[in-house]
Amino acid sequence: MLVLSDFLILGAVLFCISMAGIFLNRKNMIVLLMCIELMLLAVNMNFLAFSHFNGNIHGQIFVFFILTVAAAESAIGLAILVVLFRNKRTINVEDLDSMKG
Amino acid sequence: MILKVIFYLFSAILVFAAVRVITAKNPVHAALNLVLAFFSSAVIWMLLHAEFLAITLILVYVGAVMILFLFVVMMLDINMAVLREGFNRYLPFGVLIGALILLEMVLVVGSKFFKTTAPVAENISNTLMLGRALYNDYIYAFEIAAVILLVAMVAAISLTIRPPRQTKYQHPSEQVKVKREDRVRLLKLPAEKSE
Repeated sequence: MLVLSDFLILGAVLFCISMAGIFLNRKNMIVLLMCIELMLLAVNMNFLAFSHFNGNIHGQIFVFFILTVAAAESAIGLAILVVLFRNKRTINVEDLDSMKG
Repeated sequence: MILKVIFYLFSAILVFAAVRVITAKNPVHAALNLVLAFFSSAVIWMLLHAEFLAITLILVYVGAVMILFLFVVMMLDINMAVLREGFNRYLPFGVLIGALILLEMVLVVGSKFFKTTAPVAENISNTLMLGRALYNDYIYAFEIAAVILLVAMVAAISLTIRPPRQTKYQHPSEQVKVKREDRVRLLKLPAEKSE
């Protein structure tokens, strides 16, 4: 019988993989966006697991809104990426230092 | 028992695809492995009785967001060798941090408080329950989500649009500043001899 912690551990594994991905691919902006998508997937897995094992529908509603906002976020992120590449001919995060931060 | 087999099989595929996403040399391969990850997690969401959201994940993510990613990856002309040069240097550090956080999380969520089994599902379809909650309790949030999508669409288009350049303009300042020498050229032509 599957228990709650199986799904929670799967979500934790997924989250840690995507966070290690952010450490490893810190120059490539496209892979950084993909890692953020994976992180959101892990979080959604936790929400759905709790929703199912508590017999409560509201966790699924929250996942619905997370999906909406994540789709909007990735669309705007990719648009910014395209504009950035058009202006600077690179997507290397190290080269994006025009604000001197 | 069969549920357990399905869960572990698709979890293994999911973890494998996630590792391939972060280690792939080619960003197209990373995007395709992300599609595989979304598919296998949709199967796991089906195990959690979230059928509507599983289908939505495939429709929205595989059908729209990943296509967008693939478009952008193929449109940009990226030099991957420069982007990957720090990979091996950060590899021990990233793996160490990830393993530490994973260890802490597993110690928390694997404890005896989270060993509960699922309650017996009531005999009502997931989509009906979701729709009832969404259109009764969460109708205001639902409308705001629609507005967020509209704003995101307008923002994405207005960021990437390039205005047309073939319009002809008048420049009044240049018209005022113009001198006689800029427009009129006096030529001295020798008169022809009539023979």
